[in-house]
Amino acid sequence: MTEIDTFRQETREWLDANCPDSMRQPVSGFEDIYNGGRKPEIDIPEQPLWCERMAERGWTVPHWPKEYGGGGLSAEEVKVLKEEMARIGARRPLDSFGISMLGPALLKFGSEEQKREHLPPICRGEIRWCQGYSEPGAGSDLASLQTRADDQGDHYLINGQKVWTSYADKADWIFCLVRTDNSGSKHEGISFMLFDMDQPGVTVKPIRLISGSSPFCETFFDDARAEKRNLVGEAGQGWTIAKYLLTHEREMISGFGTSGGKSLGKTALETLGADAEGRLRNGILRQDIAQHQLDTLVFGATMERVGDEVKAGQGLGPASSIFKYYGTELNKRRNELNLAVGGEAALGWSGEQYHEGETVRSFLRSKGNSIEGGTSEVQLNIVAKRVLGLPDA
Amino acid sequence: MTLVLNEEQQMLKESAAGFLASKATVGHLRKLRDSGDELAFEPAVWKEMVDMGWAGIAIPEAYGGLGYGYTGLGVVLEQAGRHLSASPLEASVLVGATAINCLGTEEQKTHWLAAIAAGEKQVSLALQESGAFDPVGVTASATRDGDAFVISGEKRMVLDAVSADAFVLIARSGGVAGETRGLSAFLIPADAAGLSITPCDMVDSRQCGALSLNAVRVPADALMGSEGDAWPALERTLDIAAIGFSAQLLGLSLEAFERTMDYIRERKQFGQVIGSFQGLQHRAAHLFAELELARSIVLKALQAIDSDDQGLSRYASAAKAKLSEVARLASNEGVQMHGGVGMTDEYDIGLYLKRARVLEHLMGDYYYHLDRFARIGGY
Ligand SMILES: Cc1cc2nc3c(=O)[nH]c(=O)nc-3n(C[C@H](O)[C@H](O)[C@H](O)COP(=O)(O)OP(=O)(O)OC[C@H]3O[C@@H](n4cnc5c(N)ncnc54)[C@H](O)[C@@H]3O)c2cc1C
Repeated sequence: MTEIDTFRQETREWLDANCPDSMRQPVSGFEDIYNGGRKPEIDIPEQPLWCERMAERGWTVPHWPKEYGGGGLSAEEVKVLKEEMARIGARRPLDSFGISMLGPALLKFGSEEQKREHLPPICRGEIRWCQGYSEPGAGSDLASLQTRADDQGDHYLINGQKVWTSYADKADWIFCLVRTDNSGSKHEGISFMLFDMDQPGVTVKPIRLISGSSPFCETFFDDARAEKRNLVGEAGQGWTIAKYLLTHEREMISGFGTSGGKSLGKTALETLGADAEGRLRNGILRQDIAQHQLDTLVFGATMERVGDEVKAGQGLGPASSIFKYYGTELNKRRNELNLAVGGEAALGWSGEQYHEGETVRSFLRSKGNSIEGGTSEVQLNIVAKRVLGLPDA
Repeated sequence: MTLVLNEEQQMLKESAAGFLASKATVGHLRKLRDSGDELAFEPAVWKEMVDMGWAGIAIPEAYGGLGYGYTGLGVVLEQAGRHLSASPLEASVLVGATAINCLGTEEQKTHWLAAIAAGEKQVSLALQESGAFDPVGVTASATRDGDAFVISGEKRMVLDAVSADAFVLIARSGGVAGETRGLSAFLIPADAAGLSITPCDMVDSRQCGALSLNAVRVPADALMGSEGDAWPALERTLDIAAIGFSAQLLGLSLEAFERTMDYIRERKQFGQVIGSFQGLQHRAAHLFAELELARSIVLKALQAIDSDDQGLSRYASAAKAKLSEVARLASNEGVQMHGGVGMTDEYDIGLYLKRARVLEHLMGDYYYHLDRFARIGGY
């Protein structure tokens, strides 16, 4: 047996013995994902246990280095772990902004001390993070942000307002863009800071979404305090880190475009019936579904190709922008088709037979995919200017 | 297999790009068109391609080829698509040789594949009978008569029919139109008695002839494989051909896009280069994303041929449907963004539009393959 076969064997046995049955059911929606934190939301009692068991092996973030709480696995081993988890339908034990966004940025730009302090609690799901980027006057034009951080020697005092801060009410810490200098261009003078949300100067007000839930908040800072050691990188050099983190956010969001599940075509066939030749009865819907499934297959192949190119040292290039754009548009298309297939019944909002309006809530939430992390229009601007080199107006 | 070209394929790509850019460009295609050349390619240039080994790239070494596989051939076809290079590469190398390799007997392969690889012979596939691609709709008939077969029927869309030395001809020896059962393949020499060839120029200035078979008599050893059972090998041939044309559509689309980007970076209106207008920028960026997707599915499908993937048909239909769609977008946007000059014969972008449409239709268009993709998906 080769090493990787042995690894597969051991992984399979360990997962079989340790993954609770309740963690082998598919997640039912966006809100059904375990995020950890000091005050975790627990929908199924085994969620923390499953997270803890996986974290002990470093497998909540299997590709991060061991010394920071990751699994230290090679790309090949990570793939095997994923395959073995998929084989038994095991859920990911933990998902969080710490894993998908802050972690990669700290690994690249953080000091040794910052990595050791912040990464292991992310891996164990102890600290939940939120992202303080957007402000009322700085959305697509993020660099116009005005929240101020004033140097007080050993710490900064932070004043201003953030908006659309997802899960600010549930998060323990925030990674935040603040202005430490106003004198240069708008991209200069931005700093990337980390601080605790559980302090007197921080106020959070949830905002209700069209999907009915309230994951995002307005966040106010009134002399909130950030310790100097929690400034990442140099003061005034935060824009580079902010952009790097955004590429990871975009990658995470574009992943929605590949999420599989049961074939939409087959579901439609079962729900709506077949014609004499066994094809979906409504030919126009069938065509739309086929186009969508085709694009999903091709998009998946593109993620694979770009992944292979990166491994072969050919660089990611502009991929994160086109993936964000295409993946989110695909996910929105899938949600539209789900509604079409489900018919009126899919429009139910509450009541037993509607599973709490899951289809329609997911449809409504998906509209945010092409807004969050930079809108589709902004992604197209990035491709046009930075990749195709087309000039400014 | 990883979705990147290996070193050998990368070198092949560069040498093909270099050769075609000097010897088989859009300008050469234009000259052939204007001279009314019946072959619609230059034999001397074709000979150079053969000397570089291109005719034998995908032919197994055992039959006199290079055995580089279809990923290698796809790389060359993509470059040929970029330059709209006219040659028998598609008719004889992609389709003809593949048909013989998939359908032929050991003897036929030994004889014909080596001859194709050496550039001594050209073979084309005679399948289609109506304007629409419908491989199981074949009605041409093959009847046994003692030691021979007698074949009658009409064929259309036979690529490079005029220069072909022989045809792989699909006829029905049993079953009825619409059935896969009863289809047989024959290797028929172009000069067989009772076979007439009518050349036909297509809108892309390439040539697709029509064949008329009036009781053509061929010996029993013209039969490829066993009588009435051609379908599985024919289906594989068509899948491979569809993937090869997808590779060519990819090259065509990329080139049309790049030419269009160059144009909008230069052309000025309202005192600005038109490429600075967001209305054009967003469409260009969208097209760029589609082209990146197109690259992946073509490579994935080519590798599926070489790795004997069980899902070949699914990848073939995915590739041909996607590339037909993307090439349509790229060629239409190409003309539109060029504005008035895009409508002139003098500008090359129109030639890309024309070639795109012909390639889209060869071996099944967008609608055909999207429908097949859904069927393979079980709905
Ligand atoms: C579900 C969700 C979760 C989010 N989570 C967070 C979070 O956790 N933390 C955080 O900081 N932020 C978060 N955001 C905020 C998000 O990043 C912003 O909403 C986004 O960047 C757009 O900014 P805006 O809402 O101000 O829209 P605007 O910038 O006002 O845009 C309005 C419209 O104008 C278009 N537009 C703007 N500029 C241009 C241009 N130059 N060219 C063409 N079109 C343009 C946009 O594409 C859009 O269609 C979240 C948003 C959503 C929807």
